[in-house]
Amino acid sequence: MEIYQAISANKNKTWLIMFLFVVFITTVVYVFSKALGYGLPLVGLALIFAGLTSFGSFYYSDKLVLATANAKPIKKDDNPELFRIVENLSIGEGLPMPKIYIMNEPSPNAFATGRDPNHAVVCVTTGLLERLDKIELEGVIAHELSHVKNYDTRLMGIVTILVGFIAIAANFFMRSLWFGGDRRERGGGNIQMIFLLIGIMFAILSPIIATLIQLAVSRKREYLADASGSLLTRYPEGLASALEKISSDKRPVRSASNANAHLFIINPLRGKDAKAWFSSLFDTHPPVADRIKILRSM
Amino acid sequence: MAIPIIIIIAAILIYVWFVYNSLITSKVRVSEAFSQIDVQLKRRTDLIPNLLETVKGYASHEKNLFEKITELRSTLISAKGAKEKAEANNMLSETLKSLFAVAENYPDLKASQNFLELQNELTDTENKIAYSRQFYNSNVMEYNTKLQVFPTVTFARLLRFQPAEFFGAEEKDKEPVKVKF
Repeated sequence: MEIYQAISANKNKTWLIMFLFVVFITTVVYVFSKALGYGLPLVGLALIFAGLTSFGSFYYSDKLVLATANAKPIKKDDNPELFRIVENLSIGEGLPMPKIYIMNEPSPNAFATGRDPNHAVVCVTTGLLERLDKIELEGVIAHELSHVKNYDTRLMGIVTILVGFIAIAANFFMRSLWFGGDRRERGGGNIQMIFLLIGIMFAILSPIIATLIQLAVSRKREYLADASGSLLTRYPEGLASALEKISSDKRPVRSASNANAHLFIINPLRGKDAKAWFSSLFDTHPPVADRIKILRSM
Repeated sequence: MAIPIIIIIAAILIYVWFVYNSLITSKVRVSEAFSQIDVQLKRRTDLIPNLLETVKGYASHEKNLFEKITELRSTLISAKGAKEKAEANNMLSETLKSLFAVAENYPDLKASQNFLELQNELTDTENKIAYSRQFYNSNVMEYNTKLQVFPTVTFARLLRFQPAEFFGAEEKDKEPVKVKF
């Protein structure tokens, strides 16, 4: 029963995020256009633009994610063993066969994407295929398929694109404040000054808000996918030792960035850290040691 | 007086309606999962004639074994329902194991590319049967639990819902046929 609740929660959250995105963008544009002295038509334009972006990313987030990750699709003949593992586990989960993509990356890692099980993609790095044995690979694929079954992939895809967009937009507006703000006549009164301050505040806040959204939707589902993946393979040790191997490799995934890090089975940006308490607040993934411990106690 | 009674009856009817729909949903899931098993069983029975043809070319005097496999194959094809199919499938697995054991005695057969391919296909199909069985059984468990929970249990009898059969497997059968060369 729990899985059906997880599915509808994910679907609802997807709509909520799409809605919040539109609200957020429109509000920010409103504040900026007030601060910089542009009129209301800009806000209307922003509303239309944000709505289109929101719906567009619902349908195309998976393609964008795969393009930014630089992943290529494979056929059965390219890697029959991997294909069979995915085929068998999808049968076990009652899912249609997803597409399989491979990233040419020495660092072992994997992720899944797609708006529903009929458009699902499972993506692994070449490093993963080299380093894991069959049972470990089964553990990882089962974990990814649980993300697909739960509709985590739909929510994550939307979050990746919309949050990434906010980050870029925030950057852009910060710059336009710095360089463009001065050109307007000075002495526009207190109101303009206040709006300018709010504008600066938004520019600083928006990456933080974006990060927080990313966290809210991402952390617990790794534990959940670990658990339901192990239920499928009936062998939690396979995933546990896979996680150990993946996390022991300190090379970051080259095509990973802050925008897509939360998609991966293990944070692909490691090696850049010297973790303080504060930065651990912004972790997209729960500590690997905890996940392994839980898997070993199953 | 009349209005509260009407409300109560309406509430009960709506409740029964929801229970009925949720039971039907589960039942459909069970039969969908079962058709997944059927697909794999079909694939398996389709592979067997080819396998027999190949083996016959090298080990023609293992006639008894061939006959038995052919017979079990048709038993599996004509079997109805989860329990019967599971039993027929298990017996076929056992006999195929002895066929592969016999193949050990024929070096030419073991080296045959065709035989190796068929063997791989069969192993893969066995794995797929195991996974589709796992999915089917978890659906059956969910459906049967729903049926037995109070107060659904009272309506379920009235609405003539029957518990579904598990697709049984002997513990030792969970491992696919492994033949070491």
